[in-house]
Amino acid sequence: MKSPIDMRRTLLFLTVPCLALVFQCRTSDSSNQAKEEKVPEEISYNFDIRPILSDKCLVCHGPDANKREAGLRLDVAESAFQALKENPKAHALVAGKPEFSQAYLRITSKDTALLMPPPSSNLKLTQHEINLIEKWIKQGAKYEKHWAFVAPKKPSVPKVEQEEWPKNEIDYFVLQKQEQKGLKPNEEADKERLLKRLSLDLNGLPPSLQMMDEFLADNSPKAYEKMVDKLLKNTAYGEKMAIHWLDLARYADSHGYQDDGYRTQWPWRDWVIHAFNQNMHYNDFVTWQLAGDLMPNSTKEQLLATGFNRNHKITEEGGVIPEEYRIMYVTDRNDLFGKGLLGVTLECAHCHDHKYDPFSQKEYYQMFAFFNNVKEVGIESVIGGPETYAKKPLMEISNEDVKNILTFVNKQDTSRLIVSVMGDLDTTRKTYILKRGVYDAPGDEVEPGTPKSILPFNNKYPKNRLGLSQWLFDKKNPLTARVYVNILWQEFFGKGIVKTSGDFGMQGELPSHPALLDWLASDFMEHNWDVKRLVKQMVTSATYRQSAVITKEKLAMDPDNILLARGARYRINAEFIKDLVLSSSGLLNKTIGGPSVKPYQPAGLWEGATSGRGLLSVYNQDHGASLYRRGMYTLIKRTVPPPTMGIFDASNRDLCEVKRLKTNTPLQALVMMNDPTVLEASRVLAAKLLQEKTDAKEKVAKAFRLIVCRKPSDKELGVLTAYYDKQLKTMKPETAQKMIAVGEYPLTKNVDKKTLAALMRVVSTIYNLEETITKS
Amino acid sequence: MEKEILEHGLNFNRRRFLSSMSLGIGGIALGSLLMPDLFKNGELDEEALVAGMPHFAPKAKRVIYLFQNGAPSQQELFDYKPKLRDLFGQEIPPSVRGTQRLTGMTANQASFPLVGSFVNFKQYGESRAWVSDLLPYTSKIVDDICIVKSMYTEAINHDPALTFLQTGSQQGNRPSMGAWLSYGLGNENKNLPNFTVLLSRGVGNGQGVYSKLWSNGFLDSVHQGVQFSKGEDPVLYLRDPEGMDRKERRDMLDNLSELNEMSYQEFGDPEITAKVKQYEMAYRMQTAVPEVMDLSKESDDIIKLYGPDCLVPGTFAANCLLARKLSENGVRFVQLYHQGWDQHGNLPFEITKQAKDVDQASAALVTDLKQRGLLDETLVIWGGEFGRTSYTQGKLTTDNYGRDHHPRCFTIWMAGGGIKPGIVYGETDELGYNIASNPVHVHDFQATILHQLGLNHEKLVFKHLGRRYRLTDVSGKVVNDIIS
Repeated sequence: MKSPIDMRRTLLFLTVPCLALVFQCRTSDSSNQAKEEKVPEEISYNFDIRPILSDKCLVCHGPDANKREAGLRLDVAESAFQALKENPKAHALVAGKPEFSQAYLRITSKDTALLMPPPSSNLKLTQHEINLIEKWIKQGAKYEKHWAFVAPKKPSVPKVEQEEWPKNEIDYFVLQKQEQKGLKPNEEADKERLLKRLSLDLNGLPPSLQMMDEFLADNSPKAYEKMVDKLLKNTAYGEKMAIHWLDLARYADSHGYQDDGYRTQWPWRDWVIHAFNQNMHYNDFVTWQLAGDLMPNSTKEQLLATGFNRNHKITEEGGVIPEEYRIMYVTDRNDLFGKGLLGVTLECAHCHDHKYDPFSQKEYYQMFAFFNNVKEVGIESVIGGPETYAKKPLMEISNEDVKNILTFVNKQDTSRLIVSVMGDLDTTRKTYILKRGVYDAPGDEVEPGTPKSILPFNNKYPKNRLGLSQWLFDKKNPLTARVYVNILWQEFFGKGIVKTSGDFGMQGELPSHPALLDWLASDFMEHNWDVKRLVKQMVTSATYRQSAVITKEKLAMDPDNILLARGARYRINAEFIKDLVLSSSGLLNKTIGGPSVKPYQPAGLWEGATSGRGLLSVYNQDHGASLYRRGMYTLIKRTVPPPTMGIFDASNRDLCEVKRLKTNTPLQALVMMNDPTVLEASRVLAAKLLQEKTDAKEKVAKAFRLIVCRKPSDKELGVLTAYYDKQLKTMKPETAQKMIAVGEYPLTKNVDKKTLAALMRVVSTIYNLEETITKS
Repeated sequence: MEKEILEHGLNFNRRRFLSSMSLGIGGIALGSLLMPDLFKNGELDEEALVAGMPHFAPKAKRVIYLFQNGAPSQQELFDYKPKLRDLFGQEIPPSVRGTQRLTGMTANQASFPLVGSFVNFKQYGESRAWVSDLLPYTSKIVDDICIVKSMYTEAINHDPALTFLQTGSQQGNRPSMGAWLSYGLGNENKNLPNFTVLLSRGVGNGQGVYSKLWSNGFLDSVHQGVQFSKGEDPVLYLRDPEGMDRKERRDMLDNLSELNEMSYQEFGDPEITAKVKQYEMAYRMQTAVPEVMDLSKESDDIIKLYGPDCLVPGTFAANCLLARKLSENGVRFVQLYHQGWDQHGNLPFEITKQAKDVDQASAALVTDLKQRGLLDETLVIWGGEFGRTSYTQGKLTTDNYGRDHHPRCFTIWMAGGGIKPGIVYGETDELGYNIASNPVHVHDFQATILHQLGLNHEKLVFKHLGRRYRLTDVSGKVVNDIIS
């Protein structure tokens, strides 16, 4: 495959000034000289032309039959080459001859009445785009099928010059690109930073002191791999991995609409953690969730897994029209299937044919038919007591079940526990195309089916969700493996090989390393969708292990690190910030699973936004050990999500999400400075250090090591101990008294309050370091 | 103009901009606010070039939206329908009702008897606009406001209707109006969030509010609405811990910067410098926010104007006064929500109290802005998410009734920001059930607001997952008739 456009841009960035000069001297018609880019020798339809057509032309000349102008389609070769309806003597495209191609003449027309795209569309082609199209036509205007809709073939591993660098196959693909661009990979990161990165990535927790010492002392060649294996075995691995899946599956603890009542869907979350820890292979993992209830001799565990498709919002607003909402639930499942599992924006074909991708509205409702047979109603009950915490179809989990079958469910009392799960009607509910996507405007009836452009539905498969799962994991399905491999890549490298992890369609970004993506996807399938194996492949690669130092040259050449010539450097997820704070201070409660908890939260947030109805109208904060559970267990009330989570870009769990933003705002600084969770941890850690028989310098150094996960430099230690000395000197007893009163964790006796307050400030400062909440 | 915008944008290569800026306080925070999303994903986004400045000369610079959450009954406030009183207890003609879908609350009701308002109306001002006796203060400012009686929406339940009005879509996860404006126009101030939210609640039947209503959706979270609340911590986590004074915070931040600088020397990551700047912005907010929240320096005349409630934190009156102060300080979009307007039953009793809660302060805000010369550049909006039915919900007695949700028509008012003052726009039929002239769809309303701020609603777009999204989705026409 051709090199992606992203990389071309990077290179061009360097050559722009001289090119601009050349163009200025050469011609008068290049009005747009600042943007002039070099046109490649050989034009690739997929990488150079299709993105332009898709973005600028297909809204009117694309798959949507109802919005098509002049009967012309530019996304299909036959249509583009045939005689124009309006003028049978002319053709939109004439291979090799731009001067006879109406499409070319129209995009270069000086007459605004003829110009394409029309000025009223607010779209415009750049000179570079026009040049590309011209050359593409000259070279024969060859069409190719969209790359993502062609099943991946395992490419051979490329040759590289720096043969000693690669540690596994990933590295050959990465290095080859770097060598083409004259880049060299970074050195391996220092051991301390590497271990922090690995531990955060595999467990969502910082490494313990013991692990740090062990790793630093181990000079064997297998030291790193040993750590990888150890972390993969920790149960914290399942918790870490669960989070991206909870985002995708829009898991929350409330029903989501209006009064936003409580729901008990957490046993499903317990199952997800369990499944990752058991290393359930991806095909089983997803099949159980989509169709566990339909499997032969379906087990209770398989039924629980189907809670996946009942995590969507469910209304409890009296007065709604039930069918309108039932249709919304089916829509939500269908859209999740598209975005989360297939990586396509199927949802765009809900009201009309897709504007860019080859999905018709009919195909949308054919997929919809798979999810339309659930034994559910639009509104089952208004907000109320425990009987409303799950909606039919539901399953009950008894204490007996927990003892025998569902041993991973952390049920803590004997009260009735219900979970919303999937279950189909005995007779099939008919599915219709909904005109404009409106629930009460049914059109033609449709049968279950899948988009032909991805992979036609194999009639050997049953026409239900089980058959749909078989289709999803059919080796010929071009998307499933690529999409999940890409999501995991994004987990470890910060962004996907395809940056738009939820859109592999025409409007999505092109892969930065297409061959690597195909190799990984093929390899993943060949090894029977083994997730842990794939994770290990990624984190043991030399690519992953590079230091994150950014030289000026690399920043200029590749500001976004597309070529991966340095390690990823990113602020960690909201949940892991809390985990890091609790873990480093020794407060972390390592209980796995169970109902969500209500830790410290500023007063009045729920109360200020509620109608006053239901269990979640008042925030009754938990006490004791529940305060120190991992961030992922904080109760998510959808209409008022936990504030610190939202401030650090956690998903609000409204709809399926496959990629979080990574922002940097002043509100984040306020959380780190003033959230009682951080302040309490600072106090508790300070108190602990004060009880050790060490000097001040050693205490500060140890705090730094626990929190930043490396030993401080002398300079760093100098600044911090000076700060400590100053605090100790100026701290007033009444100030100290106030400072240490934060949090419910009992105060340590026999510790001098002034000293404690002074050290607490130092610890809190360390928590606020940029490096603390960054994997670098 | 377009070319100018393009060139202007190109001069601001964000990375160069950031690196050339001195380490002066707030440089980067301000920079990223001025040029939001310009280099999103590291690539020059042509569409984003247009963001950060208006498309044409704006009339308004800022918006204050007094959202009446729950849907106030237009029949009791602005839309005077004497005929309804004459027809008391009579069934609404099927020809009027048509095929209107009903909420599940009245769909099974055996009859739909009409009910006129219990309250009297009079005409006021030069515009001779009808206003009910429930709004004595509002009646005095009719010549400053534009009453739109012909608003209509597509949703019939609170959650989707609120979401539709605020984000242009009934389903979640799109940016709110305030977020769009923050994205489109950037920030005028450097110490306060650009989009702030204030909540209050009346005594009437209430409906919750949801943080998705002030969400940034797929825009950068810098555009998210920041909720200001009553109490000691008006912005979450704003207050330093007990026992830490400003000097000590400064001291801590200086140490922090020094340590972060060491990290920057090692890694060379521009994110580190950006982080330092965000800490400085947070530090400035810690002073600026309490200053703006402090109402103690307001004159007696102002307190009198807004009414004594304005000194009680968390009331609608206090929020109105606060809204003026925030707006005066350059906050682009101040969004108020006042809950309690959902009168399915017991309407006469409840709405009287609801109206009393908001009447004086709403009028005071307009008057206050006017006397400060700020009304011209500030657009004030007052209204709910849909209207209410002309027939009763539940039992009808001579002095008590209720009204259900009604999407086909409702009344809002706007003032300032280049909207024609002293006019009434649009009419409903004599039963107040259908629009008789000049319908204004929610997207038209949104297009008009953007227009007043100098933005073309078809050009203010953000490309997300392959699609260019707009506040007005795929429709919307500017209501030129109400623009001066």
